[in-house]
Amino acid sequence: MVPIEIRDVSLIYDTPGGKVPGVKDVTLNISASEFVCIVGPSGCGKSTLLNIVAGFLSPAAGEIRIGGKKVDGHGMDRGVVFQDFAQLFPWRTALGNVAFGLEMKGVPKDERERIAHEQLRLVKLEKFTASYPHHLSGGMQQRVAIARALAYNPAVLLMDEPFAALDALTRDDMQRLLADVWRETRKTVIYVTHNVSEAVYLADRVIVMTPHPGTVKAEIRIPLPRPRDPLSVEFLDFQKELLRHLGHGASASEPTKANGKTTA
Amino acid sequence: MTESGQHRRSLVRGTLALLVAAAAYEAMARSGYFAPALLPTLPAIGRTLFASLADGSMIEHAAFTLYRVMFGFALSVVVGLPLGILMARFQHVGNFFLPLVSALMPIPSFALVPLFMLWFGIGNLTTILIVFYAATFPMIFNTWSGVRSVNPIWLRAAGAMGASEHRLFWKVIIPGASPFIITGMRQAFLRAWIAVVGAEMIAASDWGLGWVIFDAKEFLNTDTMLASLIVIGITGFAFERFVFGSIERATVMRWGMMRAAKG
Amino acid sequence: MRDAVTAIAADHAPDRSHGSERLRLIWHNIFPFVVVGAIWEIIAWTGIFPRRLFPTLEDVATAFVNLTITGILPHHAIETVIRLLTGFALAAIVGVTIGVLMGRSRRAEDIFLPLVSIGAPIPGLAYAPLFLLWFGLGNLSSVLLVGFVSAFPIIFNSWTGVKAVKEIWVRSAQAMGANDHRLFRHVILPGALPYILTGLRLGLAQAWRILVAVEMLAAVPWGLGWLIFGARKFLNTDIMMAGIVVIALIGIALEKLVFQKIENYTVVRWGMISS
Repeated sequence: MVPIEIRDVSLIYDTPGGKVPGVKDVTLNISASEFVCIVGPSGCGKSTLLNIVAGFLSPAAGEIRIGGKKVDGHGMDRGVVFQDFAQLFPWRTALGNVAFGLEMKGVPKDERERIAHEQLRLVKLEKFTASYPHHLSGGMQQRVAIARALAYNPAVLLMDEPFAALDALTRDDMQRLLADVWRETRKTVIYVTHNVSEAVYLADRVIVMTPHPGTVKAEIRIPLPRPRDPLSVEFLDFQKELLRHLGHGASASEPTKANGKTTA
Repeated sequence: MTESGQHRRSLVRGTLALLVAAAAYEAMARSGYFAPALLPTLPAIGRTLFASLADGSMIEHAAFTLYRVMFGFALSVVVGLPLGILMARFQHVGNFFLPLVSALMPIPSFALVPLFMLWFGIGNLTTILIVFYAATFPMIFNTWSGVRSVNPIWLRAAGAMGASEHRLFWKVIIPGASPFIITGMRQAFLRAWIAVVGAEMIAASDWGLGWVIFDAKEFLNTDTMLASLIVIGITGFAFERFVFGSIERATVMRWGMMRAAKG
Repeated sequence: MRDAVTAIAADHAPDRSHGSERLRLIWHNIFPFVVVGAIWEIIAWTGIFPRRLFPTLEDVATAFVNLTITGILPHHAIETVIRLLTGFALAAIVGVTIGVLMGRSRRAEDIFLPLVSIGAPIPGLAYAPLFLLWFGLGNLSSVLLVGFVSAFPIIFNSWTGVKAVKEIWVRSAQAMGANDHRLFRHVILPGALPYILTGLRLGLAQAWRILVAVEMLAAVPWGLGWLIFGARKFLNTDIMMAGIVVIALIGIALEKLVFQKIENYTVVRWGMISS
């Protein structure tokens, strides 16, 4: 797997209400096979940053290197999972969705179906390979989306609040599942969330971002052994520390309500 | 309510509606208030219809009409679908064709019949071109809106998975826009169907359902007129229900991109 | 992908009132016609086709100006427009009502769909002789026929539109305590509006199309359809073209002045279709 270098990246949004800085001078080094979570309130630019790494947005300044190679547009070295359930193609079955990237790569049909089956087994959906997305629950759809992003074997996995629209129980299951998947695949992961406990559960390192403009405020290593126990004292200590960096000790799931109107 | 029970109830209600409409017509025809030549009874229409089917003349007329409509319709799909997609995908193409399409779309195809008759003479070519003209704009217009409504997240996801422009087109944009494209084909076919009969009436040779109606009108053969109307209606209905209906069931409905009306 | 992002950013560009911007926009709309017109003119001047059948644009313009000055063309146009609007108004009221009913109630759908599906593909012109026989020659027949035929696309689109209203909107409105009446007014109708407007637009085009053809058959004394059809007999292709130009102009005017304005105010502003 490969490291990610983010160097002095800035981006400004041109909105009808004037120029709004999205992210400003963000520098981050992520080592190979590291699981990094970016947390922060809405409007802090965490999704913007992810979209820049994904290549959907071009930074106004700075550059991003993945495995030493400069990012220019999107590429198959990165797999992306969005928050929106609608990301799956409704006209393809779960298997068809997962096989899509392999198809783009030109992998022969038998081979890509074999790999897609394997990926769906990894996310425990082997029984639903022939189902269309509208027949699957939200959690299942997001699992298909993860399998889809992993199927063509990208070195980096980029996830933008993939579980934010799920119920708490499903979310817990999904986090465990993702931790397993990560242990098995050892991808370099950037995971954006506003959920502090999710970040502590998943990450090797948590990046805290603050808005206006979006900048990195703190970096916290989470050296806890896996699988982690969300009720252990150390776990809760890390959560508290994160909340302190986010500016207050309010609820763990909704750290801040930002006044900003940008939706990054 | 089970699925099949609901379906049966739909059928019963539909049949009932048709029967009531037929009874109302028959009552009017028999009331003696209207001249029988203008309002023939249903049995009279049925006899005429049966006779023309039995001697094969109606089938031959229908075959001519179908040949013209399918030729023109196919042409409109071949032109309208790619053009609509290009217009939606590339700003320059859109900028160039949109004013032309908006200017040409409001010109009725029938307004061109006299002109085409002068240019191309009477017969298949004129009819097919009129059908093509009538069907192309709904095809272009719906494809264009369909492609614009393709969820951007699908494009992002496909792009992230390394889809080339070419693959994006076939694997994402076409299926993503398919609800609109299928509606477009439906509308295009309806338009084509309308245009073919009109064109046959005005630019008549000796064949085609439109020509039959036109010819019958000259001799006040209202029963022949209505018999041809029935053939035209049934053929159109069959296409609507069975061809486009099954296309829809096999695609957008199966994918959950369109839901059935709720009771 | 990038293009889409840039395009969105460009759409947000605030200055649109500048003169140069307006000029550019006007040029954008005229340019395609200049290209097509030039091609037409070149073909006309090469003389591949006889000039009587393929007149130059000057011939068409001359015919247009002459007919306008003498008041013949405006008279034809006004008669046609009055017929159109009356028939279309009928179709709009009846069509939206039936279509929405079909979308909301399974029973209405079951009853109307067979009737509408049989009626719609029967070409409007095929009804023309019947209507003429039943209601006599003249305005009543043409208006009724125009209304009858143009109601079908309105019905189909209103029906599709109501069915395409997202269940989540219906449910969230119900959750917020909307009764049936309010649900309809504030959710179903605005939700289905893009389709209904498309339907009205198609209906108007349909009314327009059928009216021109009816005027050809019904021998009305004034009307653009009649003008074109009559011109054919004397190979007056230039008058024919002038008539077609007026037909196109009226059609475009209706489209731009009525429907696009409504659509801009509602649908585009809500972001359901990008502008």
